[in-house]
Amino acid sequence: MALPGWMLYLIHTLFPANTRRPTELGADVLIIATGAILFYILIIKGRWRHVWTEWITTVDHKKIAVLYLIGALAMLFRAGVDALMLRTQLALPHQGLLSALEYDQLFTTHGTIMIFFMAMPFIFALFNAVIPLQIGSRDVAFPRLNAMSFWLFAFGALLLNMSFVVGGSPSAGWTAYPPLSENVFLPGVGQNYYLMSLLIAGIGTTMTGINFVVTILRMRAPGMTLMKLPLFAWSALMTSALIIFAFPPLTVALSMTLIDRLFQSSFFTLGHGGMPMMYVNLFWLFGHPEVYIVVLPAFGIFSEVVATFSSKRLFGYEVMVASLVSIMFLAYGTWVHHFFTMGAGPAVNAFFGLSTMLIAIPTGVKIFNWIFTMWGGRIRMTVAMLYQMAFIPTFVIGGATGIILATVPVDYQFHNTYFLVAHFHNVLIGGTLFGLLSGMYYWWPKMFGMKLDEHQGKWAFWLFFLGFWVTFFPQYLLGLEGMQRRMNTYPFGLGWHMLNVISTIGAFGMGAAFLVLVYNVVWSLRHGERDVTGDAWDGRTLEWAIPSPAPEYNFARIPVVNDRDPWWAMKESGATLANSLSASDIHAIELPKSTPVPFLLGASFFLFGFGMVFSWWYVAILGLLCVIGTLIYSGFNYEEHAMLSADAIRGTEASLGRLQA
Amino acid sequence: MVDSDKAPLPKFPGRSSRRRWLFGAALLVGLLTTGCGPQYVLLRPAGPVATKELHLFELAGIAMGIVIVSVFVLYAIAIIRFRDRPGNRAPYMPNWHGHRLLEPLWFIVPAILLTIIAIPTVGVTYQLAHLPKTRDPVVIDVTSLQWKWLFEYPGQHIATVNYLVIPTGKPVLFELTADSPMNTFWVPQLGGMEYTMPGRVLPLWLEASHPGLFWGHSGNFSGTGFAAMFFHVKAVSPAKFAAWARRLHRTAAPMTLGDYHRLLTFNVVGESSYGAYPASTFPSTKTGFVLRGGMYTPMHNDPRKG
Ligand code: HEM
Ligand SMILES: [Cu+2]
Repeated sequence: MALPGWMLYLIHTLFPANTRRPTELGADVLIIATGAILFYILIIKGRWRHVWTEWITTVDHKKIAVLYLIGALAMLFRAGVDALMLRTQLALPHQGLLSALEYDQLFTTHGTIMIFFMAMPFIFALFNAVIPLQIGSRDVAFPRLNAMSFWLFAFGALLLNMSFVVGGSPSAGWTAYPPLSENVFLPGVGQNYYLMSLLIAGIGTTMTGINFVVTILRMRAPGMTLMKLPLFAWSALMTSALIIFAFPPLTVALSMTLIDRLFQSSFFTLGHGGMPMMYVNLFWLFGHPEVYIVVLPAFGIFSEVVATFSSKRLFGYEVMVASLVSIMFLAYGTWVHHFFTMGAGPAVNAFFGLSTMLIAIPTGVKIFNWIFTMWGGRIRMTVAMLYQMAFIPTFVIGGATGIILATVPVDYQFHNTYFLVAHFHNVLIGGTLFGLLSGMYYWWPKMFGMKLDEHQGKWAFWLFFLGFWVTFFPQYLLGLEGMQRRMNTYPFGLGWHMLNVISTIGAFGMGAAFLVLVYNVVWSLRHGERDVTGDAWDGRTLEWAIPSPAPEYNFARIPVVNDRDPWWAMKESGATLANSLSASDIHAIELPKSTPVPFLLGASFFLFGFGMVFSWWYVAILGLLCVIGTLIYSGFNYEEHAMLSADAIRGTEASLGRLQA
Repeated sequence: MVDSDKAPLPKFPGRSSRRRWLFGAALLVGLLTTGCGPQYVLLRPAGPVATKELHLFELAGIAMGIVIVSVFVLYAIAIIRFRDRPGNRAPYMPNWHGHRLLEPLWFIVPAILLTIIAIPTVGVTYQLAHLPKTRDPVVIDVTSLQWKWLFEYPGQHIATVNYLVIPTGKPVLFELTADSPMNTFWVPQLGGMEYTMPGRVLPLWLEASHPGLFWGHSGNFSGTGFAAMFFHVKAVSPAKFAAWARRLHRTAAPMTLGDYHRLLTFNVVGESSYGAYPASTFPSTKTGFVLRGGMYTPMHNDPRKG
């Protein structure tokens, strides 16, 4: 039986040979199974209405936070599996578990997903969950825009992940340097997926940046001057400022590559006067600020966690703020350290070597201030605090190896070796991921109303921490042995195999940690200790002043702030919100209404992106029309807000036991 | 695209059998503490460039070691003394939040340590950008291809693929370009790497101070055959080098343009030698940089495509 030509064309385009290997077919089975489960829950059990009204159309920052968190943990899983496959392949020399192309695809999606679809949404999850509460606000500045950011991220992530089973994955690394990323060397749709998904998610990220800058500058509770702003909010402000100015160069670099690939221009091609190095400059003009985008929030989280669990004021608040601000500015002035070996000449290299060393000073200052916050305190070793405590030594080592790499002639030797790989995992896992996990354990009661089980959490922590060092310490040594990153295999006889075996064992330790973590979350959702006080950890900032989880409107009455640790001060003076709220303080509150627009906008962009990936112009144009149509539709929607009556609020507060008779 | 999975990786002598790594695992502890088997190529420099880089690494390593150790000690004291446990008699100062002497201290101390690293960093960066003045360099034109290395000796009129022979005790000037995605040219024991880029010619000088056989590899991912981009460098005395070059020039077949185009195929190949090569296979106007008084001045115009 012969299939019609167009069907053959579709099958060949959508499912080329490299999507029909065992790993991909396995993923297909998983996807179909997940689809079936979703179908069962949504359609057969009729939950779709709840999901639609409560989650998909929500503009509530607290629910968006939960959505981001689910997305981030799912992506951590996906990219983590990538990593385990990579490490398995490298465990022994001359292994053929993965083909070279598979290996390349896996390290590309691993890096891309971890940075753009794990770290970023995890950060936004915590921003959304915490920042409005911490600054005493009822919402972010632009709630709908916030939902749009989320859906653009979600559909961008969907697009990238889809590449694995439909059409083929990208394989030029997360940095995707041309001319390798051009059509000549990587035909097929993989690179298009990379470009389109990052462009789409990038729009969302930029909007989040704008949203939080405005939120933090404009929506603070009365009395909360900038110098009373909690440090997590400061870090969010600086991160957002970095996002706004760092993403445009990325967008430019990606768009130019896309135009090269889809419309045969030659910005970065091998011949025809293309200038690949221009891409490298643009990419790192984004890329270096990006590493601070993902680490500053962790700095903010640690500043909150260390003060709370030392039961002490943060040490050196002004210096902490100053160092955040100076890191933000300096972060734009170091990008060339990613390519000292591209012949920029000694003057340029020396300048950027020194500017890189300079940025380590404000970073180092923060370390001392954290230690001195503990000094004279009473340290409670909760899981959140354990991550903070593991962070300090880990990050110090990561920073120190960063300085070694910034020492220009040394970098001529270490560039792109496993020493570099160990450096950036040292700061990204030891800094960013530990920070985010610390934040997750810390704010979980505020998000979900119950604690994550501490005992299980400690197991996950120790596995993570030890697994991390077993994985990455050998990689520093591999760097000294001259092993280069992104090699899909290596020969016998160079002496690299021992350290590689150890590193792989460590990686599986981290894999086990992730499983324990998931068990911890699932178990705690059912059996976790409920938090009835709203102040699970004896906290210091405003988010702990309200019930857990926070009611829809956050604060029944907006508090007045006159201390850096407002909630701590209220507890000291005995005038907490909970015991001072009377019925007459409560007035009706205007809240934004749910809307399907953000979801539809994301879906339209997805359609557009999908059309672009396959160069199916009609699909792309249709997607673009849908984008415009959705925007016009939302422009005619005048009923954006609904009033929540004072009585309803009184009822809620009374049921939480927070209303004075 | 060519699937290069089955392509052979070069074999290296020694320490190779699977049984050995079990045995080696037992040696691990000793190895980690002493840290220096022969496989630690970055700690085994064989020339002045690599040696300078290693010395700087040691300096930076020591300075950073001081930072790491002092922070760790301070930190250990903090977490041991101030744990929240019953009967802890360490002072509790919930409102202590600043100190006028301590705070400047941790600006100043790191700044001093960084200055100690920074000064030689700048110095060595400039030194390595200058070709040593008095001596006459051997020039080798390097082109990275998919996934192989083409080495052309304009002075000796010979070319090799995937292996190099260089004279000892003399600086060798490598002129680097690519007819492929970017790679880096790197021989760890001789010194640091430099990118090979299409459309540009970048300089790099290295020197072997004693005879030996070293391996080199690309440091920048360039596609499915990247792992196989190894090459060998054999350093021999200048007399032997001259004899080798003369013999090759006399005996080996010349490279034709057809040969060059075959090299452009995306595949992995072994080593080969040519007694001559067509000049057009390397950017003819070497304006990627100019050699002036032994110093390179990189120029950022496009030397190949006019
Ligand atoms: C003390 C501060 C730091 C210094 C001095 C430093 C220095 C450097 C240098 C010089 C490189 C380039 C090395 C090369 O390519 O040869 C590098 C790479 C990198 N660093 Fe850092 N770094 C620091 C902190 C961080 C932080 C906080 C992060 C992220 C959380 C980070 C993430 C990265 C990443 C991801 C790369 C490599 C990207 C790639 O090539 O794929 N670094 N660092
Ligand atoms: Cu950087």
